[in-house]
Amino acid sequence: MNMIVCVKEILDPEIPAKSFKIDPEAKRAIKPQDVQLVISDYDESAVEAALKIKDSLESKITVMSLGNESARNVIWRCIAMGADEGVLLSDPLFNDSDSFATAFVLAEAIKKLGDFDLILCGRQEGDWDAGQVGSGIAELLGIPSVTMVGNIEAKDGRVVVERVISDGRETVEVPLPALVTVSSEVGEPRYPSFRRVREASKKEIPTWNAQDITPAKPRNKMLSLFVPPRELKCEFITGEIPEEAGINLALKLREVKAI
Amino acid sequence: MTGRKDVVIVGELSDGNLAPTTTELLGIGRKLADELGQELSTLFVGSGIGEAVSEAIFFGADKVYVIDKPLFKDYLTDSYVGAFEKFVKQIEPELLLFGHTSLGRDLAPRLAFRLGTGLTQDCVELAIAPETKLLQKTKPIYGGNALAIYVCEEGRPQMATIRAKVMQPSTEDTSRKGEVIPFDPGLDEAAIIGKVIGKTKEEIIGIKLEEANVIVCGGRGLSRPEPFRQLEELARMLNGAVGATRPPCDAKWCPAHYQVGLTGKLVSPSLYIGIGLSGASQHQAGMSGSKTIVAINKDPEANIFGIAHYGVVGEYEKVLPAFMEKCKELLSKT
Repeated sequence: MNMIVCVKEILDPEIPAKSFKIDPEAKRAIKPQDVQLVISDYDESAVEAALKIKDSLESKITVMSLGNESARNVIWRCIAMGADEGVLLSDPLFNDSDSFATAFVLAEAIKKLGDFDLILCGRQEGDWDAGQVGSGIAELLGIPSVTMVGNIEAKDGRVVVERVISDGRETVEVPLPALVTVSSEVGEPRYPSFRRVREASKKEIPTWNAQDITPAKPRNKMLSLFVPPRELKCEFITGEIPEEAGINLALKLREVKAI
Repeated sequence: MTGRKDVVIVGELSDGNLAPTTTELLGIGRKLADELGQELSTLFVGSGIGEAVSEAIFFGADKVYVIDKPLFKDYLTDSYVGAFEKFVKQIEPELLLFGHTSLGRDLAPRLAFRLGTGLTQDCVELAIAPETKLLQKTKPIYGGNALAIYVCEEGRPQMATIRAKVMQPSTEDTSRKGEVIPFDPGLDEAAIIGKVIGKTKEEIIGIKLEEANVIVCGGRGLSRPEPFRQLEELARMLNGAVGATRPPCDAKWCPAHYQVGLTGKLVSPSLYIGIGLSGASQHQAGMSGSKTIVAINKDPEANIFGIAHYGVVGEYEKVLPAFMEKCKELLSKT
């Protein structure tokens, strides 16, 4: 199987709310100095899904990331996990793109890369949560897409996948080449050993820029980005002993007619 | 403005009735259509759809389009995107709104790319800009830490999916009149290449999470499956449902469908009680719209206290039984 996994480097969405700051002018989150950028966690699930296929079927996995130079770290991490090759798509002209422009650059890069059987993406980015890039790439390439996938079985030129839907699971079969977006239900991503991390960082990652791929015009425009005011202050309910706090909580909820 | 007209919302049925997200879409759709001076239509796609779709008229629709064919019995990206493409090209709506449901999340992005237009998903607010008349779409980003407002200046229709339970549902008026119009997308069935080969429905005992007014959620701090029995008892007492954060679901302490958050269900009950959970942004993004948020956690620094209205810092093993006992007593007095 020839697989391509698209991953994104993001600001860890789990940083404490008080460290989260934005630049309203640039309409971007500001990276706190002491915080490392990370791989978007659904994208890490997509890498894991590809590796699960590779565990039982001879495969090649190419990791692709659109981002800044630092996104190379995320590609190296995927290689340490078990991916084979990487491509970085980086150019100032690729910045400030929406889902449409992002999917466009990725789809063009995939065309340039050539042959593939299966493309895997995370179900949505951990930062902007747009949830469109995977479906968009598939549409631009004219191949079938299945979203929110928890399990993948590849066989004889097709994939049978389990989709996670609101009231259960659904099994869908599509012919290859195809694209799937992966959800965390695929299972805990494997953790690379220190030795593998060190070896992976020696891997050469080519960079493609706007001379290799002509970007497209975004469709959506962001008018503003803001942090909603949080005037809310938690009222702490206490008691001499924990049991009393529990009783006082019940009384409080009755007082405010919440129960 | 373009020659486009109409606000179209995509309707869904749940057990043969209008889904709650659909009445919410009709509520916001009616408001936007009135502001634009346009008509509101609803589109239903399926097989053997039945009479309930005409109720959309009582909830504010002027027209109800119905695509009803065996081909659409199961949702399949291929066939549904194809049908919607034909529909949009013929009807030419100005706005096309979906629920942020399993159907909306899969269908809307692929359709937006096919039509070359801009979509914003999981919106919590929609408004018409006074001057440009463009749809302003507000969505939470960075796990709900920030809000972004988007517009789509060029592509049409302007598209959005709407988070459940944030829009005011419209009220039923059985005297409203409207039209039900069958629509034939004339799809070439041979071109549909994917297929649904199986479905497993999760067993839901009691109230559905998305529809519950009270939700009791458990997290990593519960550390094993047994405490979920306690949470279930509390939920029964309060006429609510049980939810969980990701770790208990991954560890199989509770069924996977309990999960509340970006992965899992997006909920906004009137009362949310979080027990032994830290409030990761993933989880918060799925419940921060709850009216009253209560948290019980032994760590006073837990992020959940940042959005909670009432909190108890303490071990749930001690706090919870006393809380439940008192609730039982108070509830018996009503």
